[in-house]
Amino acid sequence: MAAVEVLPEAEALYWRPRVDAARLRHLGRLWTLSAAFHVLPFVSAAALLMWAQPLALPVALACLAHAWIIPELYAQRGANVLRHRARQADGPEQRSVGLLGDLVGHDARNLHARTGLVIEPGALGVWIVGEAGAVLLHGRRKQAYCYCIKVDAKHPGAGELPSGDRIAHLLLALRSDEQGFATVANLAFAGARWRLRRRMRKELRPALDAALLRSDSASCVAR
Amino acid sequence: MSKLIRMDHTGHSTIAEWTADDQGAVDAAVRAFSAELDRGYLAMVSAGPGQAEQVRELPVDADLVILRLPLSGG
Repeated sequence: MAAVEVLPEAEALYWRPRVDAARLRHLGRLWTLSAAFHVLPFVSAAALLMWAQPLALPVALACLAHAWIIPELYAQRGANVLRHRARQADGPEQRSVGLLGDLVGHDARNLHARTGLVIEPGALGVWIVGEAGAVLLHGRRKQAYCYCIKVDAKHPGAGELPSGDRIAHLLLALRSDEQGFATVANLAFAGARWRLRRRMRKELRPALDAALLRSDSASCVAR
Repeated sequence: MSKLIRMDHTGHSTIAEWTADDQGAVDAAVRAFSAELDRGYLAMVSAGPGQAEQVRELPVDADLVILRLPLSGG
């Protein structure tokens, strides 16, 4: 059997550095810095305005609103990677969910029935896999890395895949080459888990909780 | 009975079925496998719990071979 170790999609993106734990830490720090650079000028401006002229309160409040909304917009972009896409007819949907169920364990099947998302532990952390993206909880602080990745729309039929198949595509690629998977995917957001959780739809949040639990138990075993 | 399936708009379609001792069925499965790879599909087999492997030749002894489309960043 001629097995392929590197995801072919990642091979094609030869200019992208392969994502490993060090690269993730680097990306996480860049996102934190970028958030600080977005927030601090507005907070400073608000403070300066209030110090110079208390009558400028409305402008100072507008500055604070900007400081609050920019990180929220980024977190929303991250949460969007797990949003469900349009459903196909019932028959194909059920068949695809059946196949996905064969690929995952009992707990993951139950979680998928409740949230439409699948939890997958990997070497980099615990993944939450959706139809057009995945979230990785990585590191001691379980920082959230939200990745956009989906079946390439160039291929005929890619847009007609039922939800279970869309997830199964991502899951199989993730299982065959986790680092390659993260390399192919586009990082939509990296940041605090609580920030992401707040922007996720309520019905999807149990998947984040389950991933965190899984991540905690994996950390306990590692210790 | 081993199966080659393709994820598509129907949920999935069975492309070929074979048993290792039926050479005719194996040959037909190998031909079908090559044709799907030529169409741009990638073949995956399970390699244990939480593990999968991409293959470029039909693993005749595998129970299930799944064909998927390539991915791209969103």
